[in-house]
Amino acid sequence: MTGILILEQALNGLQFGLMLFLLAAGLTLVFGIMDMINLAHGSLYMVGAYLVAAATAASGSFWVGLGAGIVGAALFGVLLELSVLRRLYARDHLSQVLGTFAILLMCNEAVRFIWGSQPVLLSPPESLAGPVELLPGFYYPAYRLLIIGVGLAVALGLWALITRTRIGMQVRAGASNREMALAMGVPVRALFTALFGLGAALCAVAGGMLGPLLAVQVGMGESILILAFVVIVIGGIGSVRGALLGALLVGVVDTAGRTLIPMVFESLFGPEVAGNAGPAVASILIYVLMAAVLFFKPQGLFPSHG
Amino acid sequence: MNAAPVRFPLRLLLCAAAAGLIGLSTPALAADAVKIGLLSTLSGPGAGLGIDIRDGFQLAVKLNGGKLGGLPTEVVVADDQASPDVGRQTADRLVKRDKVDFMTGIVFSNVMLAVGAPTFASKTFYISANAGPSQYAGEQCNPFFFSASYQNDNMHEAVGKTVTDKGFKRVALIAPNYPAGKDALTGFKRFFKGEVVSESYTPLNLLDYGAELSKLRAAKPDAVYIFLPGGLGINFIKQFVGAGLSKDMTLFGPGFSGDEDVIKAVGEPMLGMFNTSQWAHDLDNAANKKFVTAFEKEYGRLPTLYAAQGYDAAQLIGAAVRDTKGKLDDKAAVRKALEAAKFDSVRGSFKFNSNHFPVQDYYLRVIIKDSKGRITNRTLGTVFKNHADAYVGNCKIPAN
Repeated sequence: MTGILILEQALNGLQFGLMLFLLAAGLTLVFGIMDMINLAHGSLYMVGAYLVAAATAASGSFWVGLGAGIVGAALFGVLLELSVLRRLYARDHLSQVLGTFAILLMCNEAVRFIWGSQPVLLSPPESLAGPVELLPGFYYPAYRLLIIGVGLAVALGLWALITRTRIGMQVRAGASNREMALAMGVPVRALFTALFGLGAALCAVAGGMLGPLLAVQVGMGESILILAFVVIVIGGIGSVRGALLGALLVGVVDTAGRTLIPMVFESLFGPEVAGNAGPAVASILIYVLMAAVLFFKPQGLFPSHG
Repeated sequence: MNAAPVRFPLRLLLCAAAAGLIGLSTPALAADAVKIGLLSTLSGPGAGLGIDIRDGFQLAVKLNGGKLGGLPTEVVVADDQASPDVGRQTADRLVKRDKVDFMTGIVFSNVMLAVGAPTFASKTFYISANAGPSQYAGEQCNPFFFSASYQNDNMHEAVGKTVTDKGFKRVALIAPNYPAGKDALTGFKRFFKGEVVSESYTPLNLLDYGAELSKLRAAKPDAVYIFLPGGLGINFIKQFVGAGLSKDMTLFGPGFSGDEDVIKAVGEPMLGMFNTSQWAHDLDNAANKKFVTAFEKEYGRLPTLYAAQGYDAAQLIGAAVRDTKGKLDDKAAVRKALEAAKFDSVRGSFKFNSNHFPVQDYYLRVIIKDSKGRITNRTLGTVFKNHADAYVGNCKIPAN
């Protein structure tokens, strides 16, 4: 029984980690290359999820909805970059934090205005709503397996894009030394806009995939944004490889901590104490991990700056 | 020169005394309007609950032509953001600046406990349209607090009894880690006779229940009881079904986890879930039929129990205004009129216990597809008749 419990938790951790990676990848590129702190990244995740939900409701198909939502979110990201964020690159981090925080608040209110404050319905496709028997006696939700599959596919695609294409080369050049890349004639403005669109699309993939599992609601982006920041700090700012490893680490540690620590506490002190102390200790675990990584590798696991 | 400073305060004192005498001799004047502070959770994940209370309350005012108890009614709506701090500040403003005659609307018990003290201190009546913390039912009961909803434990007691009656022996319990979550599981265990195989208190903002589901799989209970309001329940149920656990264990919940707001978000997987409530949209009484029809017409959706509570809170206030002939400054008379609760409740019989909490029936409902193809609740029967809460014995409100 414990074998199955551990296997299930490992899969849950992998699933959560991969979705975190989708968010963190966009965030780390924007932060690493443009040197821009974007608090509105969580809003792109929320807007993406809402667009997927709306398109799914309109078309009746989750896949069409997902596709339309991703395209819509990418357009939204590009628009945001062209209209507002572009003006913030040259400013200091405080202005960026204030500016993007304002965008976050405006996005929340706009979404509330359009869709209302009640959570929006987004269901997984009918064929994936049930469980799959992975091992004899071990059922795992089909939809979570799909999330793992999509996450791996996107990670692979990103890897190919960054290591095997010209754009990827420019991105890597930008991340390790922005001034030099500029001097070598990288079309920075267009690259930034494209990157931002890509980041937004990745957010929409995460939002759309997690929507049926979590909830499509106002404010859904804030809590996950904090975790995404932890991920990129652990992984090394600007490094996609670091974001992947950091995300998987955070996903697995978070999931394992939330299961195992309350269980240990419950057997030691009873359910009330486990309820109070368990989640608190479990959520501290991620930050302990972050502190430990920063202690030994202050630049993160895979620093991309020279 | 010496006398001057004395003369002035003396005159003032005389004036004040005269004014005081006049004030004493005049009977409470009938108000020409009623002002109600509706402080509720209108943003964040709990917003759906507050919106339904507000809509239910305003529907009652609207159906009465903008009046309650015959007086023109102004409802001042404010958002507590589900935060005790914000709630307390806003309540202060409503009571002191807007000088409302009644307060109502709070969803969450932790906000209620913060708002109670300043409201009662200003001798403003609070009519609860949802939160019914055990504190206010027992030792901290207050002449100015009336619950037009329930006491927190009640609905869970009804599920505890149902689960026992249906012959389930091993039950796993899950509730959020906050005061009403503990009231909930206490209430459940008060009436459940079998074995509790696991008891989890989860964070109030938890959305991914993967860890809890693996624990359930390992513990192998034959029934699961969840008190997870709003978005929490929506997620749990979706994931519970997705993990294939619904085949091995039966899911039970209070009305909060099985009402229209959750059904709307979860859909088909809700079918067959048992839940309990003091109200259902198919209860067969004239007041309820009028309410449900009007609500659907006005807002284009079925009402939830929160909406029904908001509607009843408005009706209760209306009855008090009517029976005191608008003399809202006569606190003793208002209290008496509220205690009498002479209104047609949408839940049928309704009366107050000595602690100002209702003595009422609790029903078992099951989620089905109705004749119109909608997924919704159907009432199966009565679990408790004239059920009172367990704390009334500790309440010592001085008689009126």
